[in-house]
Order: sequence, then C-alpha cells, then structure tokens
Amino acid sequence: MQKFPYYPGCTLKQTAKNFEKSAIASARAIGIELVELPRWNCCGAVSSLTSDEIMRHVAPIRNLVRVQQMNDEGMLENEYRLITLCSMCFNVLKRSNMVVTGDAEMLHTINQFMDTEPDYEGTVEVMHFLEILRDVVGFDKLRARVKKPLKDLKISPYYGCTLLRPKEVGIDDAEAPTIMENFIEALGGEAVDNPYRSLCCGSYHTVGENKKIVAERTYKIINAARRNGADVIITSCPLCAFNLDNRQKLTKEMHPDFEYMPVLYFTQLMAIALGKEEDAGLEDNFVDPRPILRERGFLGVKQ
Amino acid sequence: MKIGVYVCHCGGNISDVVDVEKVAEFASRQPDVAVVRSISHMCSESGQRAIIDDIQQYNLDKIVVSACSPQFQGETFKKAVAKAGLNPNMVVMANIREQSAWPHHDEPENATEKAKILTAMAIEDIRKKEPVEKVTLKMGKNVLVIGGGIAGIQASLDLANAGFNVYLVEKKPTIGGHMAQLSRTFPTEDCSSCILSPKMADVAEHPNIHLMTYSEVLEVNGSIGNFNVRILKKPKYVDEDKCTACNKCTEVCPVSVPDEFNLGMTMRKAIYLPSSTAVPHSHVLDEDACLGLKPLACGLCSQVCEADAINYDDMPQYINLKVDTIIVATGFDIFDAHLKPQYGYRKYRNVINALEMERIIVEMAEGHVIRPIGKDIAFIQCVGSRDAQVGNLYCSRICCMYATKLASLLKRMDPSREVYVFYTDLRAFGKGFEEYYRTAQELGVKFIRGRPGELAEDPESKKVVVRVEDTLTRKIIEKKFDLVVLSVGLVPGEGTVKIAEMLKLPRSADGFIKEAHPKFRPVDTPVEGIFVAGCAQGPKDIPDTVAQASAAAARAMSLMNKGEYEMSPIKAFVHEDLCDGCGLCVEACPVDAIKVAGVAEINVAVCKGCGACISSCPRNAIDLRIFSNEEVMAQVDAALRDKKPGEKRIIMFADDMCTYTLADGVGTAKLKYNSNTYIIRVPSSSRVTPEMMVRAFEKGADGIFLGECEAAVSPYPDTLKVIEENVKKAREMLARAGIEEDRIQYSPFVTVMFKKFVALANKMLRMAEKYGDIPEEKRRRLGMEKVIYHE
Amino acid sequence: MSEVIYMGEKNKKLSEKIEELSGEKITLCEQCGICTTSCPMADDMDITPAGIMRYSQIGDERVVDSEAIWICASCFTCTVRCPRGIDLAKVAEALRELNLRKNVDHIDVNHLDEELNELPAIAVVSALRKFTS
Ligand SMILES: Cc1cc2nc3c(=O)[nH]c(=O)nc-3n(C[C@H](O)[C@H](O)[C@H](O)COP(=O)(O)OP(=O)(O)OC[C@H]3O[C@@H](n4cnc5c(N)ncnc54)[C@H](O)[C@@H]3O)c2cc1C
Ligand code: SF4
Ligand code: SF4
Ligand code: SF4
Ligand code: SF4
Repeated sequence: MQKFPYYPGCTLKQTAKNFEKSAIASARAIGIELVELPRWNCCGAVSSLTSDEIMRHVAPIRNLVRVQQMNDEGMLENEYRLITLCSMCFNVLKRSNMVVTGDAEMLHTINQFMDTEPDYEGTVEVMHFLEILRDVVGFDKLRARVKKPLKDLKISPYYGCTLLRPKEVGIDDAEAPTIMENFIEALGGEAVDNPYRSLCCGSYHTVGENKKIVAERTYKIINAARRNGADVIITSCPLCAFNLDNRQKLTKEMHPDFEYMPVLYFTQLMAIALGKEEDAGLEDNFVDPRPILRERGFLGVKQ
Repeated sequence: MKIGVYVCHCGGNISDVVDVEKVAEFASRQPDVAVVRSISHMCSESGQRAIIDDIQQYNLDKIVVSACSPQFQGETFKKAVAKAGLNPNMVVMANIREQSAWPHHDEPENATEKAKILTAMAIEDIRKKEPVEKVTLKMGKNVLVIGGGIAGIQASLDLANAGFNVYLVEKKPTIGGHMAQLSRTFPTEDCSSCILSPKMADVAEHPNIHLMTYSEVLEVNGSIGNFNVRILKKPKYVDEDKCTACNKCTEVCPVSVPDEFNLGMTMRKAIYLPSSTAVPHSHVLDEDACLGLKPLACGLCSQVCEADAINYDDMPQYINLKVDTIIVATGFDIFDAHLKPQYGYRKYRNVINALEMERIIVEMAEGHVIRPIGKDIAFIQCVGSRDAQVGNLYCSRICCMYATKLASLLKRMDPSREVYVFYTDLRAFGKGFEEYYRTAQELGVKFIRGRPGELAEDPESKKVVVRVEDTLTRKIIEKKFDLVVLSVGLVPGEGTVKIAEMLKLPRSADGFIKEAHPKFRPVDTPVEGIFVAGCAQGPKDIPDTVAQASAAAARAMSLMNKGEYEMSPIKAFVHEDLCDGCGLCVEACPVDAIKVAGVAEINVAVCKGCGACISSCPRNAIDLRIFSNEEVMAQVDAALRDKKPGEKRIIMFADDMCTYTLADGVGTAKLKYNSNTYIIRVPSSSRVTPEMMVRAFEKGADGIFLGECEAAVSPYPDTLKVIEENVKKAREMLARAGIEEDRIQYSPFVTVMFKKFVALANKMLRMAEKYGDIPEEKRRRLGMEKVIYHE
Repeated sequence: MSEVIYMGEKNKKLSEKIEELSGEKITLCEQCGICTTSCPMADDMDITPAGIMRYSQIGDERVVDSEAIWICASCFTCTVRCPRGIDLAKVAEALRELNLRKNVDHIDVNHLDEELNELPAIAVVSALRKFTS
C-alpha cells in the first residue's frame, strides 16, 4: 500500500459520505491508502480574491502544516503530496499554497500568525485524486485493475469550475480537458461529449433566493448530456453533485418536460468497476442510479 | 598626449541629476587632459563642431565624451574625430546618462560621484589607446535567399537584375508562398495569383537566379563575405526540365492524400503538380504517399510519362555554396485555431479559418465548389492575436483587412447574404484601407463591435451559434450562421524559427526575427551580412513585404557592391615575442580562426573578436584590439581609485550585445539599482581572464559580476563555457587567499531581463556588505596567486 | 434623453479603490466583450461582465450597487478567456467587498428558506463567505 495524506473537508463527512467511502475503497483496491490528516479544519470552501485578504490563507495553510507534521512524526515516509477529493477544497488549498509559497513575505506573516504551530515550509504539493490516478498510478494501470468494465455505459463527464480554473490551479487544459474522459475509458465506459461539461452549475447560488439560477444550469447540462446519449453524469465536487442531483427536483418543477438522470461521484463508478460495489454508496444519491446500473448488469453480479 | 574631455548636459537629462560642472572640474585635474568643456547637446552639430575645432586649435590627439551610451552615439563621435583627422579609435564615451543620471536619478550626489568615476575610467582607457587600422574583407557578389514567398521572390529579382548571383532556396516544391494561395488582395481586389505568376516565371527564367525548390538549408558557417552553406535538395523523382506537366502521371496514380495547397479540403495524388501556377512547372512525386519506391510497388506513372521525366532512382543531393550575404524571407504560419478550443475549429463542421476561405473562393471562381458555404457568414477577428491567453500580445495587422476583403467578395457574389464581422478594434491604417473599409460598409457588411467567448453548434442544423456582446449597445446578441470564419493571426513560421536558430538571429518578444534597430536598421539583423524581409520579421501585408524585400536587397547590394567590406576592427592579435607556439589557443577558439605556424596566427576574416582565446594562453601572448588587457585594466584601476574605507565597489563586465544593452535599457526605464556598480563594456565577458578578476580584487573590488548573452542569442558560440571556466579558476585563487568565492558571479542575459538585472546588481552589493571589507593582507596575498592550468 | 456622466474626483477615487482592492489593472480592459459571452451568469445580470469593467474604469458608483456582482459565481471562466489577462473574478470580488466592508450583508442567514442542514456544508460556507464576509 502506498500511503498518501488525505484531506476530506467538511462535506465529505456530511452530505457526501458516499464520495469518501467509495474513494477510500477504490484507492485501496489499487494499492493506495488514504491517510486522513489526524487534525484538520475547514479550508473556507472558496478563495478570497482581494489583494489584502492575507489572513484568509491561514486556514488552508494550517492543513498543509499537518502534512509536514505527519512526515516529521513518522506517520508518512517523505510523502508530501496531499490528496483531496472535493474539487473546491482542492482549489482553495492549492491556490493558497501557490500564493504563499510564491511570496516570501506573506509566508513569513502567516507563519508569525500561527506562532504556536510549526512554520509552514512550502513543501506540500496539493493534488486531486484524479491527478494521482493519471500521473502517479497511470490510467493504463487502472485499466488493468478493472474487474467489471463499464461496457457500453455512456457517461457524461462534468468538470465544473474548480478542477480547471484558474489555469494555474487547474489539473488539465482549461478549455479542452481530457482527464475525466480518459478516466472513464480506463473503467471501460464510454465518455460522451457534453458542451457544458465545464459550465458553472451556479455554485453557492443554491443557497438563498437564486436557486432558480442553479436549476436552469442543471436543465442545460443534463439535457445536453441526454441529447448526446448519456446514461449518467459523473462529477468530483459535492456542491456540483448537490446542484446537478438534488436540484433536479426543482428543475422538474420549473420544466415539466425535464427527465431525471443519475449523477454520481467518479469514485462511485470506480468502486463498481473495481469490484467494490458494496462501498459505492449508491443508496445516498438523490436520483437513484441503481436501476440503470442494474439493468446494464453492473450491479449484483458476482465476479 | 593631449586629451579633450566633453561633458554633456543632454538638455537636462543628465544635468538635472548630475552636477556636470563638478564632473568637468574633476576631469580637468586628470592626467594629460588639456581641454574640458561642458556642453548642452554634445551630439548636435555645434557639439561636434566644438570637438573638431578644439582638435585643430589645440592639437588634441584623444577625446573623451561623457554623455550617453556609446551604443547610441558612439558612431557619431567616431565620425566627428575622423573629420578632424584623428583615427576613429581616438574617442571614448563615458556613459553617464544611462548608467548614472537615469538609474540613480533620486540620489544626485551619488550620481555625480559615479559620473566622475565613469569619466576617469574613460580617460584612463583612452590614455592607453592606440590608432587602429581598418580591417577590410573582399566581398563577392553571391547571395543566398532563404524562402520563396513574395518576399524572397522580390528580393531575388532585385538582386539578380542588378547583376548579383542569387541562390534561392524554397522548402516546398513550388515558390510563391502564401500569396499564391490567396483569392484577391486588399485593398485593390486584384487577383493574387494573376499578379504573382509573372514574377514567379521571371524567377524561373532569370539567368542570375539559381532556384532550388524542395530544398532545405542544413547548415551555415562562417560570416559575412564568407558564409559556407550546405543545402539538401530532396528528391522529386521527376526531372524538372523534362516534365511537360501533361498530368498523365497524376491521372493514373492510384493514391490520394489531402492536398496541402487547399489545406486538406481536397485531395491530390502521390504524384502531382503542387499548384496550377507552380514554379518550377513540374510534377513532383511525394515519396511518403507513393505505394513504394524501394522496391518499386506500382510504377504506373513512369509507364505513361511520354517525356520520360520520372526517375525512381532519384537521390537526395547535397550542395555546398559560398555566399557573401544572406536574406532570410521564411515568412509566417497562420495561427493554429485548435489552440482556441472554445471556437470549435475542426470540431464544428461549419467553422473554418480565413486561409481556407481564401482557397474556397479561388476554387469557386474556377467553378469548383470544394465545400458548401451557405448563406449567412460571420468573421471572428483577432483569433490568436492580441490574446494574452495564447501568449500573442501583438496585432497581426492584416486580418482586419483580409476579413473586410473576404466579406466584400462574399457580399458581391450574393448581395442577399448576411455577412457579419465581429471585431474589437478595426485596423485600417494603410494606404487605401479606410476607403476599402467604407466600401465594404456600402456593400452592407455589418461590423459589430464585440468578440464571442465561445461558439456553439446547433445540434440539428449544424449551424454555428454566435453569442456576442454588442459592446456598443451593451446587449448580448445571438445569431445562427451557416459558416463562421476565424480570422486567424500570423505567427512566426516553423521554418523561420528553425533558420533563426541556425543563423543565431535573435527574435523579439513576439517570436519574429528581430531587426538590428527598429527604426534605423529595419531590414538588418544584428548579424552582419544577414538581412530579413517579409513576414519573417513580423506580420505585414504584401505591399509592406515587397517594400521590405527591396530594401533588404538594396542593403545587401550596398555591402557587396564596393567589393570590400569594412569589418569590426575588434580582433585578436598575437604578441609574437611571447608566443611559444604551444597551440592551446587553437583549441580555445570556437570558430577555428587560429593556426600555429611557429607562432600562433589569427585569420582576421574569421575571427569574431570574442576574446575567448585570451585566457587559454599560459604566456599571455594573445590579446584583443580595442579591448586589450591593458585598456580594460586601466578602467578597472580607475573604477577602484580613491576608495574610502567601508565603501563598496562592484565591477560589472558587460558583454556589448546583451548585458550592456540591457543596462542601458534599465537606465532608460529609470529603474534603480545600487550606484556602486561600475560597468565595463567588453565584446564578451569571456575575454576577462582569471588574472584580471583577481587583480581587480587586489586593487579593491568588493565583487565582480560578468554578464553575457544567453547562448541562443549570443553572436559568439560557446562563450558561456569559457566564462564558467575562468570564473572557476579565479574563485580558486580567491579561496586560496581566504576570500569568499561567491564574490564573483556571472549570469546569462537577454536584453529584456530588466528585473533580473536589477535584482542581481543589488544582490552583489548586499553580499559585499554582508561579507564586509576584505582585509588588506588578504588582498596582498592575492598578488602572489597564479592561475593553475588544469590538464 | 441621453444621460451625461459628469466625471469628478469621486470617479477617480472609485476606480483607484477597485484597482487596489482587486490587484488588477482595470485600465487594461479593451472592452472586447469576451468575458460577457463566456460568463455562465451573464443572462441573469443587470450589467454585463464587460459592463462591470467599463463602469469600473470610469468609476461609476452604479457598479457597486449592481446586482451583477452578486450573481457572479466566481467561476473564473472570464479569467481564463480575457485576452488582456485580466482576472475579472477578482474585480467582482473587490466590488462585493466594497459593499460587505460597509457592514451590510447580502443575505440574511436567519431567513434562508431551506433548512440549513439539508444543504451541503460547502454550499453554506461558500455562500456565507461570498455574501456576508
Ligand atoms: C488569409 C490571408 C489573407 C491575406 N490577404 C492579403 C491581401 O489581401 N493583401 C495583402 O497585401 N496581404 C494579404 N495577406 C498577407 C500575405 O499573405 C503576406 O503579406 C505575404 O504572403 C508575406 O510573404 P512572405 O514571403 O513574407 O511569407 P510567405 O508567404 O509565408 O512565404 C515564405 C516562404 O518561405 C518558405 N520557407 C519557410 N521556411 C523555410 C525554410 N526554412 N527554408 C526554405 N524555405 C522556407 C515557405 O515555404 C514559403 O514559401 C493575407 C494573409 C492571409 C493569411
Ligand atoms: S489586424 Fe485586426 S483582427 Fe488582426 S489582430 Fe489586429 S485588430 Fe485583430
Ligand atoms: S576566440 Fe574569438 S577572438 Fe579569439 S580568435 Fe577565435 S573568434 Fe577571434
Ligand atoms: S474579456 Fe477582458 S478585455 Fe475583454 S471586456 Fe472582458 S475584461 Fe475587458
Ligand atoms: S467569474 Fe463571475 S463574471 Fe466571471 S464568468 Fe464567472 S460568473 Fe461571470
């Protein structure tokens, strides 16, 4: 087992438990152990973008100090690549890491502020689990571990914003990403094009009066997926998942012609393909993916 | 010896910061100085007059001008002293503007002190200087023109008509370049190939032009008056002279591949005529597409060729030439629209680029519909130009006008169609362009100010949905078009990049080949004897390309016409009494300019004057004219004179091409760096030997910095390696004397690295301050150190 | 009737404030409109993203009071498209901050019409950060 430090973030302990569960099981199936940080705090979910907001970087950086400590205390052996699952946490942690390591003065101020903790030394690299699959494991190796190829399952990747933008944070080309498509193909599925795969889902407008903005985006994204023949959509962000999945109810109220489509975390399909169906957490999705998966023969068939 | 010193005010540029009277007073107390004046504008007619009059009246034999950069006005004063009858080497400039008044503008006292020292350095330099004889080279009449687009064609014809011998090398099987692919040309709308074909034919027939198509320049060595060129002529398998272009071979050939002339929108055969107006007008066999030549797999074409022109045993030919000058006319490539995936090029069926539109229109005029274009058509401007996201900040200068042209042509073909041009700024600056823009508007072309963020394809109709903010009404408008044409910008061609690297031609930030001076030497490159014309230098239209090509031809002629060329007099020379013929310098010279016959001899036609050989000689027998050890060390000594305890002084050796120009740029931008930096100009920092560095420390230097051109832009090969080696030896000596080794630093530069320059200059001082003063006894110990030659 | 905007010291001040807070050089904007048709939220805005830039350039107060700056979802699509390399997402954030730093919240936490515990934590945290702090 190759051990990596892992940062879950709040939502993976709350509405997105199935994301975490399926990820841990899938990782284990390919020889990776996600070692949760012994102590962690909320990263803040979004980056503050004004030039004077230096204190907002403290919360993310604190989490990176934990990775240093894990190495110092022998929990990890010289492993500074921090894995995240939630795309928003990934974005915030990576961005803060970039900002402070690129600015010695800022790093100094932040270290002064966290005066009861060890200094952050700028050694941690924040990575998304998909990046680990592409760059560390390799999609070819992943393909070789697949027990139940998702043959003929048409999957529409949904990247959203925070995996790709801004460019210096993104894990792939901001305009023409391929990582999710390659992931889908490694699982034996078929990636279908979706012109809205990186269109913003409306994000936190799901809170408060502007929910309709979200429902309109959901309508657009899911309809495009359907038009291109998709059976399901995958995502890597618990907020996108909530907006695309749970908000289908509101979408249906606004657009009676709308038809439901299951939305899954990429790790849920991965768990199924790797033969860890029991850890896929399919019962927690709003639109139930089990009927279609069962119909296609991916569920309940013993290997 | 009588020296005149002239301190310039530069109309306040200098005198607002530097107390020029104090500098003048200081100069008057220096040895051998006979006349000192401070004058408002030294470079003006009256400033030069003052020098000339003083030389004649007071019999001055040497001149120092404390003013601006010698790169800026050096030639002016050389000419002035020559007018007064002195050798042009008898004047030296102290650069108190770019190196003192400007960068130290907020510390006038330090600036004045530094100006004094810079002036003293120039005085000591000139005291050692001797008259230098001209170095001339015999020039022949042979020119290599690389690239057979309209630029190369025009330059070749001008030169050939003037009686010069032209070798024109084109990598494609036909000359003509992009112009041969165009429909009509703005703003006159004349048919492009109709005006180009006669010129192409002239090239083919001209007795003074040796045309080599399907050929590549593999290697270029040597320098002006003596370039050795190696060319590969790829096998065409068809004899140009025999082929009658009857087309029978093409008819029988069973293989079809995409036709590059039509950007892959149509197919051609494996044996084909590159275009209907191809010159040479001969078919060519594409060996990659052919079913097989070795062994022969098909052989149909040769069976039908009545002219017996096809030869399956054709071989690559290697041709060696010696030419005197070179013109680079390698042109551009269009921006690859795949790099803007949001526009869906080659993903959406009805999104094409403008060059494809040109070909469609040409083919339509000849009655071939190579793809449907529908009715309503949109042009999107600035694709790949003026776009920080793809790293091209420049305007491509022609796309506004070609879009206007194509839109007009489409509208004339069918007035009922709707043609839109989506732009940010419409640039119609050339002669007749604004009128042409107006004509397009009269025809009903709609110009909308706004650029779409992305394009979408209507899933059913496959029409392209353009959503754009009309920035003048502030409303988002959306319209479906049958076809969207991307007005792609121009980027440096692949061939241009390759040739620039081969010939060591620097490129500007936009990636195109850089001219020697943007205003006064627009077709010269910084490499003597090599000129640039057309889009290889930057995006431009046909009239500008042709003008530049004629200019480049004229510049080449002016060098060759006299039959001799005056070279830079900076050359290595050998003290024959010291040389024992060991031959170590032979190895050191990167261009093989040295041979040993008893003693070392320098071939001045080949020597580039870098000075890299100097440190290789254990007997100090090699030196460099104008930048001799003595002349450089005189400046070092002057820079370190009267240093007060605790004061820090840093000597910076700056190679002329990059670091010195960079320091001038930093000064001009009024960027500050510490005023304890004294810059000494050298052709290349590789001429600074380890002994010289160590002696500088002995005399009081607190740090030494050597700046050199980055290898890719350096006029000299391999000097960085020599510098590295020299620095290593000098550091060893410092270490043996107990002095911190990293007081010697070096770095490669290009002329735009302003921040790096300032940071490094400041770092040198900070380090000297951190280490503190070097104790006198350590400095003395250095005097006993000798260079140890490894191996 | 045409509106005349009389430019004064306050316009200059506002532009400068926006530049300072966002860290972006807003005069660089060439008003191409690429941000607008890249923006997934533009249809719901009262001022287009390019309009936000224009109002900021001339220092017109209305941009601070606009709805558009709250509709912006910090999706960074404009950021990766702007041909001048401007980070409009930062400009929008600066404009929001100009409001929030006057001690006004854009939403009232007590009146959220959906049970807070139904929403993912990440949604609540991000909304509260963007709209109230
Ligand atoms: C769509 C479009 C429409 C245009 N319309 C107009 C118009 O209406 N009016 C107008 O004035 N201008 C127009 N132009 C601009 C015009 O095409 C250029 O001004 C002109 O072609 C520049 O000529 P050139 O010789 O510098 O470069 P090119 O035409 O690019 O020619 C360069 C030649 O060098 C050859 N070459 C490259 N590298 C090497 C190498 N290493 N060795 C040997 N050979 C090499 C190439 O094969 C090519 O033949 C248009 C351009 C485009 C893209
Ligand atoms: S010429 Fe026009 S279309 Fe081309 S880059 Fe310049 S402004 Fe844009
Ligand atoms: S090393 Fe440089 S200076 Fe010396 S002979 Fe060769 S080219 Fe000339
Ligand atoms: S994309 Fe950039 S330059 Fe264009 S209008 Fe928007 S902010 Fe201005
Ligand atoms: S960051 Fe804001 S303004 Fe920019 S595209 Fe996204 S929602 Fe629109």
